[in-house]
Amino acid sequence: MVMESNKLLEVTGLTMDFGGLRAIDQVDFSISAGEIVALIGPNGAGKTTVFNCITGIYEPTAGDVVIHAPGLAPRRINGMRANRITSLGMARTFQNIRLFPAMTVLENIMIGRHCRTSTTILDAILRTRKSVRERHETIEESYRLLAKVGLAEVANEFSANLAYGAQRRLEIARALATAPFLLLLDEPAAGMNPQETRELDELIVRIRADEQVAILLIEHDMKLVMNISDRIYVMEYGKGIAQGTPREIKENPRVIEAYLGEEVHA
Amino acid sequence: MTHFKRSLVIGLWFMFLALPLMVVRVNTLNHEIEWRWANMLWLGFCAFALAWFWRASTERRAARQALGVAAGRPLLAKLSWAQRLSDDPALSRRLLLIVAAAALIFPWVVSTSQNFYHVNIMVSALIFVVLGLGLNITVGLAGLLDLGYIAFFAVGAYTYALLARNFDLGFWTCLPLGGIMAMFFGIVLGFPILRLRGDYLAIVTLGFGSITKIVLENSEELFGGAAGIAGIPRPDLFGLVLDGREKSLYSYYIVLALVALTIFVTNRLKNSRIGWAWMALREDEIACVAMGVDMARTKLSAYALGAFWAGLVGVIFAAHNNFINPDSFTFMDSAMILSMVVLGGMGSILGVIIAALALKLLPEYLRAVAEYRMLVFGAVMVLMMIFRPQGLISNLRRKYERAPADESDGHGK
Ligand SMILES: Nc1ncnc2c1ncn2[C@@H]1O[C@H](COP(=O)(O)OP(=O)(O)OP(=O)(O)O)[C@@H](O)[C@H]1O
Ligand SMILES: [Mg+2]
Repeated sequence: MVMESNKLLEVTGLTMDFGGLRAIDQVDFSISAGEIVALIGPNGAGKTTVFNCITGIYEPTAGDVVIHAPGLAPRRINGMRANRITSLGMARTFQNIRLFPAMTVLENIMIGRHCRTSTTILDAILRTRKSVRERHETIEESYRLLAKVGLAEVANEFSANLAYGAQRRLEIARALATAPFLLLLDEPAAGMNPQETRELDELIVRIRADEQVAILLIEHDMKLVMNISDRIYVMEYGKGIAQGTPREIKENPRVIEAYLGEEVHA
Repeated sequence: MTHFKRSLVIGLWFMFLALPLMVVRVNTLNHEIEWRWANMLWLGFCAFALAWFWRASTERRAARQALGVAAGRPLLAKLSWAQRLSDDPALSRRLLLIVAAAALIFPWVVSTSQNFYHVNIMVSALIFVVLGLGLNITVGLAGLLDLGYIAFFAVGAYTYALLARNFDLGFWTCLPLGGIMAMFFGIVLGFPILRLRGDYLAIVTLGFGSITKIVLENSEELFGGAAGIAGIPRPDLFGLVLDGREKSLYSYYIVLALVALTIFVTNRLKNSRIGWAWMALREDEIACVAMGVDMARTKLSAYALGAFWAGLVGVIFAAHNNFINPDSFTFMDSAMILSMVVLGGMGSILGVIIAALALKLLPEYLRAVAEYRMLVFGAVMVLMMIFRPQGLISNLRRKYERAPADESDGHGK
């Protein structure tokens, strides 16, 4: 019972069909407060689709996605609009980076504050006290998060001009700006060099501690996954095939088979 | 050398094209055909020289850019004058004061009690400035294509014309009503197209614009049909009787005030939570929604606000002209306003104002070269698209400094 109340996200029987293709088939998983959980699997296993289903980009064909926002009653969020889910406290990054290219780095993060502020059109035109205060808070918080991911010097650059690794970190900061209790990262290390990946490793652990978020992570870099995850779920062809601690997963024959025995031991 | 050859071909091609236009002329007096070969040579030479110059300069620019990339310098290192202006609030404020003063005394300088032609031209140009700024919210900031924007202008104009004719309401009462009516139509149009993007959005808004015009044309008893509505009262000024010039001056100052109000409001919105959300929506809709922005509300507010300005200025248009008919609200006008936004630079207030003034005033003052007017106009557009496809003023960077809470408001445009 104590364990139950600690759960942040519970997914049961999640299924997603695209026409005739079943991209996800009866997947179950859950995340508790303070955890870093990894979701791994070969290309095309359906990991990104899981993210899209639980963040409201797609409406799942079947199954239950229930979030337990701190201080709120549990809610089933199947088919809820993506922005509602984000304001409930679940934020994500994208595998194929989706920043706002013609906006500055700082402005990108400021968008994350949108759902935590409430300045209306009239407030903005009349520049009411509230709008001035919220604007100030937005800018302060954005600079704080920028410093956290090490992008403070490029705050006023266009985000399109950043290097790849920096863009990935900017996406993380933008998601953090929505003040989530659960952060979903889709292949944050993709395209990073080994040095950047090591730094990312530390960054993720630091974010969990400082921002008090649980993290669900899709990643192909096994070293990163094994280093930082508390638990791992493995998917193949849309199905969950294994779950456990990094040690258990490394030894699981089913997983080794799925990966042809190679990468797990890397 | 290939440059030379290609430019030569272009020159020859132009000579050939110009044959019927500029070389052959039938002299109707003595029934002879004149061959003006000199014209053809001139044209060929000019086309050749321009083509050569253009090729050489684009090549030089490409070489310079390649050099910059090789040296690891970012392409945007060179600041445009507009960026420098926006980074320096004191300078832009001073410039704003000068422009405002010039705008205030303008009608007194160019008009006499007999001749106020220039004031009237300026009024119609400023009407389009407001339209450009309004559409700039929808298209430039929020990235929602609208090919039927002129319909909202028509809604404002007809609201005033009908209310004045049927209920005897005055200009100042109708001004906000026209804006609100247009805003209402903006929301009505906005709802069904929330989910559409790109081509589909273009088609539906185009349809909306055409439907509005057709409804106006075909409804004789309600909207006056194709003949329109005449005898619309001018703006009233405490019941004073104004002569022709004073009426024009009064219209001028009303629309000038509206321009100032539009600039003020757009600038504040652009630089607020609402404006940031509009821009994010323009940049990437999925990411924007995933970051917690309510798409429906953001899109509707952009449509409604864009429409609002068109409605307001529509009332002024009807009052200034005394007369409206559906021919003032054609697709060509929608396209013209859209060109202002695109040429000015999506989202740039200053750019759209310059483009709107240029697009309205150039054809007016190019009347001197009568038949080539549209040709020159077209050439200017083509050149713009070649040399500044991103618009006159493209995407400026805004800096947000960390500041103590009580003075954290923004500066500049
Ligand atoms: N919108 C869609 N329409 C149709 N099929 C889709 C759609 N999105 C994903 N799929 C299919 O679903 C399957 C799972 O894709 P998904 O992107 O979730 O894989 P993934 O595990 O994230 O792979 P990767 O590691 O390469 O990112 C693939 O076969 C893919 O082609
Ligand atoms: Mg994926």
